[in-house]
Amino acid sequence: MIKIEKLSKHFGKLQALKNIDLSLMPGQCISLIGPNGSGKTTLIKSILGMVVPSSGSIYFEDKNINREWAYRSDIGYMPQKGEYPENMSIGQVLDMMIDIRKTPSHLLDNELYEKFELESMLDKRMRTLSGGTRQKVSACLAFMFNPKVLILDEPTAGLDPVATEILKEKIIQEKEKNKLILITSHVLSDLDDLVSQIIYMQDGQLRFHKSLAELKADTGTDKLSRAIAHVMGYKNLTKEVIHEQ
Amino acid sequence: MNNKIIKYVISDLLRNRTILFYTLVLLALSLSIFFMEDNTDKGIASMLNLVLFVVPLVCIVFSTIYLYNSTEFIALLVSQPLKRQSIWLSIFIGLASAMTLTFLVGVGIPTFIFAYSSSGITLVIGGLLLSLIFVSIAMWTAVRIRDKSKGIGLAIILWLYFAVIFDAMLLFLLFQFADYPIEKMMIAVSMLNPIDISRILILLEIDLSAMMGYTGAIFRNFFGTHTGMLITGFVMLLWTALPLWFATRYFKKKDL
Repeated sequence: MIKIEKLSKHFGKLQALKNIDLSLMPGQCISLIGPNGSGKTTLIKSILGMVVPSSGSIYFEDKNINREWAYRSDIGYMPQKGEYPENMSIGQVLDMMIDIRKTPSHLLDNELYEKFELESMLDKRMRTLSGGTRQKVSACLAFMFNPKVLILDEPTAGLDPVATEILKEKIIQEKEKNKLILITSHVLSDLDDLVSQIIYMQDGQLRFHKSLAELKADTGTDKLSRAIAHVMGYKNLTKEVIHEQ
Repeated sequence: MNNKIIKYVISDLLRNRTILFYTLVLLALSLSIFFMEDNTDKGIASMLNLVLFVVPLVCIVFSTIYLYNSTEFIALLVSQPLKRQSIWLSIFIGLASAMTLTFLVGVGIPTFIFAYSSSGITLVIGGLLLSLIFVSIAMWTAVRIRDKSKGIGLAIILWLYFAVIFDAMLLFLLFQFADYPIEKMMIAVSMLNPIDISRILILLEIDLSAMMGYTGAIFRNFFGTHTGMLITGFVMLLWTALPLWFATRYFKKKDL
């Protein structure tokens, strides 16, 4: 569904992405993991066309996305930090996005909107909102248009436990509808029961792309967070220490 | 261009407190000038300072700040199924309409009420074009410079250049070459600064050109003719379009 070939990106001297090759299929729920500054957000933004790659190409349903824009109607994106015009109310932001997407109202997915109880806050101005409420608005917008692909950048950061649970349930539900879901998150325990594949990045390079079961078997652990700690700290920790944990 | 983005940018701006405050200040200043001056031409001359200094300053600084504050919002729009070019142009149209509307309410209406003459109309048209031009320059500054404080700094420097430094250099040149016939060249040089163009046009309308001596007569000869006006209008449009064009070209390839 999304195919990435030899993707590289540099910002000045900094090489953010080095020769990434990836192939992502519908029905997968992929967790993009890596230390800070490893190029996760750059990769996501390249897929969304927000960052223009230095070389390499990205194909969305076999079409090169270079200079394309219409393909984005099949993607729901929840940014790390959702910023909206300060003076607009939640209702206006939602209306604007519905206007832009031109999706007829009977095709809209209002589940998160109802579960997050945004209706009672429709008149609130964006500048008065807390970080968590902004996240709720972003999540709501990402899922609203029934996209084939969901890209969630740190979706649970700032959400309270109840909202996190609602969002997780929604993600699982969408995964079962054979959608492609790409998540970056630092809170690994949140992802344990969602994720089917792991992409691990470091210094702009793709270290591995494995299914969760494979990774757990390879590292001999049963928790995602431990498996990742194993990979990240491989050089520093001896095997015994990891097994003791 | 996307009508919805334009609509939302305008409705966002019209509720912005700075814009409301700016409108009220313009309105208060122009009303007090016209109430104090009985002679409308003198009134227009006093309005010159408002239109030539305050309007460009507010337009460029406010637009730059607005664009920096909308960075994340623009990023959000870019992640939607929209063409980058239409996003950027829609934001320009939104900003430009809000600024020109503000100017029309703050300066246009009082001028039309108290000084409905050719000089008054020139003043309003000049101010409108200056608003457009400085919004367009702001679009260029904001797209080229990533850092907010540097960008606002550059905006202020650009304003200083057009409003003060350019004239200082021009004056210096004038004195240096006072013995040579440079009057015709002055017309060409003045085209390099939209504020100067507006100033000359308005001063000529209120018949202060007599005070500008021989240069004034040359200006009158040029700006008084149809061809002269056409060229001037074209140059002002170029001043609006070029920064916007460069900004759009850069925005299409920018990493957000």
